Amino acid sequence: MATKEVVLLDYWPSPFGMRVRIALAEKGVDYEYREEDLSKGKSELLLKMNPVHKKIPVLVHNNRPVCESLIIVQYIDEVWSHKNPLLPSDPYHRALARFWADFIDKKIYDTGRRVWATKGEEQEAAKKEFIDHFKLLEQQLGDKPYFGGDSFGFVDVALIPFYSWFYAYETLGNFKIEESCPKIIAWARRCMQRETVAKSLPDQNKIYEFVLELKKRLGID
Amino acid sequence: MCSERVKLYGAWASPFSRRVEIALNLKGIPYDYIEEDLRNKSPDLLRYNPVHKKVPVLVHNDRPIVESQVILEYVDETWPSHSIIPQDPHDRAMARFWAKFIDDKCVISICTALFWSRGEEQRKAFEEAKENLEFLEKELEGKKFFGGERFGFVDIVANVIAIWVAAFQEATGKEVLTEKKYPCLFKWAQEYTSCNIILKETSPPRDRLVAFYKAHVEAADASD
Repeated sequence: MATKEVVLLDYWPSPFGMRVRIALAEKGVDYEYREEDLSKGKSELLLKMNPVHKKIPVLVHNNRPVCESLIIVQYIDEVWSHKNPLLPSDPYHRALARFWADFIDKKIYDTGRRVWATKGEEQEAAKKEFIDHFKLLEQQLGDKPYFGGDSFGFVDVALIPFYSWFYAYETLGNFKIEESCPKIIAWARRCMQRETVAKSLPDQNKIYEFVLELKKRLGID
Repeated sequence: MCSERVKLYGAWASPFSRRVEIALNLKGIPYDYIEEDLRNKSPDLLRYNPVHKKVPVLVHNDRPIVESQVILEYVDETWPSHSIIPQDPHDRAMARFWAKFIDDKCVISICTALFWSRGEEQRKAFEEAKENLEFLEKELEGKKFFGGERFGFVDIVANVIAIWVAAFQEATGKEVLTEKKYPCLFKWAQEYTSCNIILKETSPPRDRLVAFYKAHVEAADASD
């Protein structure tokens, strides 16, 4: 199948795929990136590697697939444990990191989707919820440089990909996230200064164009 | 390791808090159990879990940990004897994958099919539930437990499949997990409480659980 021992099945605008790209970059892992253009359907390989969910990202390591982005990031952290640990070393802080990553998983993508996909009252409600979630995250960040404390970590990896979608959310929702959550924006800009993050996230304008295309395809304009 | 100051806030009918009881008991960790009335949540619960306001909450050395799967990993890392989660990274990833699948997909589709939907939506939910159970059946094939030879993380998380689904079915008169369609899963579920005394002791009484869900169904029908 592949000549490289690590293959990533991904789709360029996916925040979940971006998490894995960042983690692999943080660990300095050499891998083959395979684009799955989900607007054109799903490849045989994807369906074989992720028969349960049929979704990206999928990490294939020595021909064995690992699915679900946060599970993949933990796997990467455990296999390539010698460099840039992403999860804290003590059980309590690991539990906190897993809790907040789970919160981000449950709330941000779906609420964000309602911000760009809906109008009127529904959109206003989604915007309010979106800001509420980020305010809670901002509280959690406090005055720390990263969610992980002094070092960039698991929760930072879980959340930063959504920053590439901010221009799309703000333009389609007609609001500015910085007005309500300035610390989140400061944190995001700090993360973007890391090469691993900057090279793993697509340009915000490209995401905005992607969302416009997606809306057309889904028939929501 | 200080194990005296362990408290668990739970609810007798919650599979999520029962999971934590299983793990603590399997590892022989003494703890104080506080039963929460979920219709009237205690100030302590709301203080320890302000984000989700749910059980279970594990409090260890005055620090709260929430979300059942997060708690299970915490318990396994803090008290490593009688380990629940595999050591090998790929096996760990697979265990986490199936645990997530059970909670995010399986349970939701089963509850949607049996309780929360009607008509066409219900028909679709049943189809989805059946597909999800097929994946679990395939995963269990040829194994004694989801964890292989040993009862492990996925088996604990699957308590909801082993015990609650049978209660849901009896309460609603609808079936989704049958012996004919899912022989491995059915057998594993039947033997669940008898394979270890701790599983028997930490399971809610079947008739009380059925009555609890029957009352839910009646209340929901009355408000339809």
